Amino acid sequence: MRCREVVELMTDYLEGTLSSADRVRFEEHLAGCDGCRAYLEQMRRTRQVLGRLSDERVPEPVKAELLRAFKSWKTR
Amino acid sequence: MPRLWRLALPREPKGHTYPEPGVATSSTDPDLDAIRSGDEAEFEAIINRYHGPLMRLAMAQVGDEGLAEDVVQETWLTCLRTLDRFEGRSSLKTWIFGILMNVARGKRRKESRILPFASLFARFETDSRQTTVDPSRFGSDGLWTTPPDSWTNLPESRLINKEVLDHVKAAIAALPEKLREVVILRDVAGLQTDEVCQLLHISSANQRVRLHRGRAAVRAKLEEYMR
Repeated sequence: MRCREVVELMTDYLEGTLSSADRVRFEEHLAGCDGCRAYLEQMRRTRQVLGRLSDERVPEPVKAELLRAFKSWKTR
Repeated sequence: MPRLWRLALPREPKGHTYPEPGVATSSTDPDLDAIRSGDEAEFEAIINRYHGPLMRLAMAQVGDEGLAEDVVQETWLTCLRTLDRFEGRSSLKTWIFGILMNVARGKRRKESRILPFASLFARFETDSRQTTVDPSRFGSDGLWTTPPDSWTNLPESRLINKEVLDHVKAAIAALPEKLREVVILRDVAGLQTDEVCQLLHISSANQRVRLHRGRAAVRAKLEEYMR
């Protein structure tokens, strides 16, 4: 396996969908390749940063409107 | 050209496509229980928690912040209106995202917005044979000539701050729609593979290809920014 191919298998690896044979080859390559290990780390951190985008506050007017709707839904 | 258009158009739902009502079971979904109990603080916590992912997905669908806010608000109102019909065949989260997709589609039709230009090429953008790393970074032997920097010792504060997050938002916005949807649902909203497949009516292999291409594109932007 070459780096050029390994980078295209990163998501399959992270998703756990590589065949066991490919997984072994992938990990063997990784063990001897700083560049691909760095790439995998960057993919993991990217996923982590994406996860942080969910921390977004609801604008107050929207929140007020939704809470109003929730109250009237509760007492319907 | 018309042929290409037809290929690129999203499949129109037949009637409503909310997840089918299932057999009524006692809920094991804490969010669902919280809403049904009528606890306002809990409801507020839930809308706060879902707001980011819902906004990103709405932005992906309608491409305008104000419109996206409307879509999110309407999504919640629709949820409340139809909650009695929700009987837990999918997770509450999947159900809410499904409603958002429908609301956004309706909004897009109403605004008679044309599809983003990038969507025309969506078919090519999800071609699994395409590479996701600039080929010039490898030598003719397929090994790195310009390897990525190690981020192992990068402090979290360097990655998780407003500037970086804004940059990542822009990177998501620049993705072709099909990749963007999957990245948002999986990585921002934290849905499971099968939930995303169910929502988008795609196979898990297709979902993986889109996730890979989308994540890789965001990584590339992030790398560029961090250099």
